[in-house]
Amino acid sequence: MKLSYFPGCSLDGTAKEYGLSTRAACQRLGLELIEIPDWNCCGASSGHSTSYLLGHALAARNLILAEKQGLDLVVSCAACFARFKKTDIVLKENAELNKKMEQIMGTPYKGGFKIRHLLDVICNVVGLDTIRKKVSNPLKGLRLVPYYGCVIVRPHEVTQFDNEEQPQAMDNLVEAIGAECLSWSDKTECCGASLSLTRVDIVKKLAEVIVDEGKEAGAQAIITACPLCQANLDMRYGEDGLPVFYFTELLGLALGIDGKTWLDRHITDPLPLLSSLNLMKGE
Amino acid sequence: MKVITIGKIGNEERVDPGFADLVQQKSGKELRQCYHCLKCSAGCPISFAMDWTPNQIIRMVQLGLKERVLSSSTIWLCASCETCFTRCPNEIDLPTIMDTLKEIAIRNGIKSEQASIQIFHRVFLNCIREYGRLHELSLLASLKVLTLNLFEDMGLGMKMFNKGKINLLPTRIENIHELDAIFRAFGESKRSKI
Repeated sequence: MKLSYFPGCSLDGTAKEYGLSTRAACQRLGLELIEIPDWNCCGASSGHSTSYLLGHALAARNLILAEKQGLDLVVSCAACFARFKKTDIVLKENAELNKKMEQIMGTPYKGGFKIRHLLDVICNVVGLDTIRKKVSNPLKGLRLVPYYGCVIVRPHEVTQFDNEEQPQAMDNLVEAIGAECLSWSDKTECCGASLSLTRVDIVKKLAEVIVDEGKEAGAQAIITACPLCQANLDMRYGEDGLPVFYFTELLGLALGIDGKTWLDRHITDPLPLLSSLNLMKGE
Repeated sequence: MKVITIGKIGNEERVDPGFADLVQQKSGKELRQCYHCLKCSAGCPISFAMDWTPNQIIRMVQLGLKERVLSSSTIWLCASCETCFTRCPNEIDLPTIMDTLKEIAIRNGIKSEQASIQIFHRVFLNCIREYGRLHELSLLASLKVLTLNLFEDMGLGMKMFNKGKINLLPTRIENIHELDAIFRAFGESKRSKI
């Protein structure tokens, strides 16, 4: 299956392990990801915090380029995904903005394709039955808490994905790859997002609450689907935190792929945990 | 929780009765329906660090306390996590209203105690205008110089570099002129006074 793909800026930087494991796992699952040619930053927090129109225009350029590919779009970053879903709605409602973007890009936006987060594609397009069949290295003995963060699921009118307060997609994926999914209270708490570089004190406090809740639930690690969530929980907790995985890293490992190229990029080293459970046996 | 006071003797703060209309019109979002149940403020993960809780910002907009709202820390600390909007019984889109308030504050040159966040957004967008994508090292370097906060996170930065998480050189997208056109159409030149 072919999909248009928007990796987002961080997948080639701080979230390189997410980018590498996404490519590897999708290839194993028969998903062909075709990067949007010449994509740009979605505008992120700084775009929409500064100017409503600029924020949507930066995202709109990518949507217009994606539409030319004639495929459904998959987005790996939670924040980029949320921006695109919002801009898709705005472009369809705001004819003036759409017209201005047409003048710049040469084509108007019609939006006849689906925009989905990668977690949605893996769980609901590929499907958990297919994944269960392809798992060759079930992650037995690994106790995880699923951390969804904010904007993959919120607000539902925009994301059209899973439940806002009690999402289940990643819980089910954890079970499908053979690990144990624990219930806990902080599934959809906020990590502080882009305040990470400006108000470290706030992000540290939020990361401490979330990671401590995970520990209290009995987790050995956290599994997430957002580059900012991963970075904040991995980097802002301090010593003796929990390893924080992207769901694609553990999916790849369970599918029998050697994950060393991405697993050794974490700040909180996950390799001792994985080795102690004898899970590092990919090809 | 701090109490909102208005009309104290010696308080010369101007009340702008048209402010709520302006915010509603600019954001396209209804805010007069807020009956202050405090669900937003109770669920907000960052309210502990804010000078006014989210519903107090709405109340002050309703009351026309423009200057106090636009110079607050709260509007900059909002992380757009959407918890408030998800839970609001009146479906008030607080994250979008917070964005509108930030935009009005920027366009009127109003400063708050959260200057570093304002600088962050400016530096971030400059980077996008220059390269089309975020180059984290350029962003960090400019941010550190402009906020005079040179040494925080140095150790973490080195660790990230060693883990291959930091690219030394930026890459520029091919059609950068399209981003320039976007910034010219929707960025700087569109600044208007309220």
